[in-house]
Amino acid sequence: MGRLSTTLCGIELSNPVIPASGTFGYGYEFAEIYDINCLGTFSFKGTTRESRFGNPTPRIAECTAGMINAVGLQNPGVEKVISEELPRLAKCFNKPVMANVSGFSVEDYAYTCEKLDKEEQVGWLEVNVSCPNVHGGGMSFGTDPAAAAEVTRAVKAVTTKPVIIKLSPNVTDIVSIAKACEEAGADGISLINTLLGMRIDLRRRKPVIANKMGGFSGSAIFPVAVRMVYQVAHAVNIPVIGMGGVASARDVIEMMMAGACAVEIGAANLINPTVCRDIINDLPAVMDEYKIENIRDIIRCV
Amino acid sequence: MAVEGFMTQSIFKIISNTPLTSSVYKMELAGNCGDCVPGGFVNIALSGKFLRRPISVCDVSDGVLTIIYKVVGDGTAQMSAMLPGKELDILTGLGNGYDLADSGEHPLLIGGGVGVPPMYLLAKRLLAEGKKVSVILGFNTKDEIFYEEEFKKLGADVFVTTVDGSYGIRGFVTDAMNSVDYTYVYTCGPEPMLRAVHRAAKTSAQLSFEERMGCGFGACMGCSCKTLTGYKRICKDGPVMRKEEILWED
Repeated sequence: MGRLSTTLCGIELSNPVIPASGTFGYGYEFAEIYDINCLGTFSFKGTTRESRFGNPTPRIAECTAGMINAVGLQNPGVEKVISEELPRLAKCFNKPVMANVSGFSVEDYAYTCEKLDKEEQVGWLEVNVSCPNVHGGGMSFGTDPAAAAEVTRAVKAVTTKPVIIKLSPNVTDIVSIAKACEEAGADGISLINTLLGMRIDLRRRKPVIANKMGGFSGSAIFPVAVRMVYQVAHAVNIPVIGMGGVASARDVIEMMMAGACAVEIGAANLINPTVCRDIINDLPAVMDEYKIENIRDIIRCV
Repeated sequence: MAVEGFMTQSIFKIISNTPLTSSVYKMELAGNCGDCVPGGFVNIALSGKFLRRPISVCDVSDGVLTIIYKVVGDGTAQMSAMLPGKELDILTGLGNGYDLADSGEHPLLIGGGVGVPPMYLLAKRLLAEGKKVSVILGFNTKDEIFYEEEFKKLGADVFVTTVDGSYGIRGFVTDAMNSVDYTYVYTCGPEPMLRAVHRAAKTSAQLSFEERMGCGFGACMGCSCKTLTGYKRICKDGPVMRKEEILWED
């Protein structure tokens, strides 16, 4: 194992850097500008049972040190992801990919995960019970421990690969939800999804985003994410992936010290498309600076 | 194994940054702009702003990129104060651009307001192919007019319209369309203008659209729209759409 390598639910990653779902498409847009095989892995665009257009536009609002999005899980549906996106990805990515799944019912989640679980390219299933931008699904499963556990059990019953539950920060007690998922058989936890936010256009006296509210991400949410990763990583005995506002090698190290065994990077990809590659390149020198021999040694050291 | 010929991220140096009207500026930048196409755009990182600013390509020649932008908020206000010599981090090669193959012998180019700049490189390229190019430039009023002389210098037949009649033809760009005998229409401008041109065009056409963008290169799905040929991302599958595929939503 190299200095940067880490293990995620029994699968070795060459480094802990993972572009987060919804900011990396199905990979090939980024393969236009760099060899994405340098990544630990990446989490592909949230996939649902049926194809979805998502919300009306505008879907994006800028904030200080961040942005709000209300895309609403636009994706071609699981059949097309398997028949079109994965073969296209195979041409530019030769590592196991993380399949991100969302749904509107427990059956949806199980159906989509069962399909993707059978794909050789898929290494992990990341189950998003935390999308703030859809109604009657997504986040409603992630804000109630019993509902999150039910989704976890249903997915675990029909899959063989590691199941990672992606949690919402829009709750009063994230630890109770993480524990409920662990007890229901989850192999890992990833957090945090976006924080529910809103901006208003002063001239029009209306919300900037057509959906009114959306998910707030970017550097501004980093301290909230570190706190929640710390809380969850110290309460469960399964691997935790940290994310939320990560934009530098130092941020990656901070997340890992808080308890993450791997780190997802989201909004930063949208403004600096090479940020993940740059962080991987920067890590060894930053590790030297903090006298870190192997990055896995610092996981949950705080 | 990054695929060549798509988006590039590089540093440009400002050569000049001058006002054309009270709120519209022209910026010339030195850098690698070989992947910029007519109807394409670039995405500019600004200090203190989380998102980049997408601006259409006005011209490219010998390592010089020309953009024309309107000051509409803090970001573009910051740009308007930038001095020559300053370096900017820019993503280039974005957007599908106009397809020149459809133009016929006498293409008509219609730009409205800040939709005028992309018509410049398009006119230049079509004239280089030996086409007879007519251009209609639409503005609200005389004080907002820019680039009329530049289009004339290229050798295009130029018509200017103003809504208040203070210069050129009184009215909208569509009021000038009947004076031209054209084989194809290329256009860029505010959505009401695009709708009017779409209705008025007697031939096929390509129209360039705007939307609030996240990334500008197809990753975030922030700027999606529905078309008669499926869901499209304005930034990646557009901004240029064909008349036949456009689905107007009310």
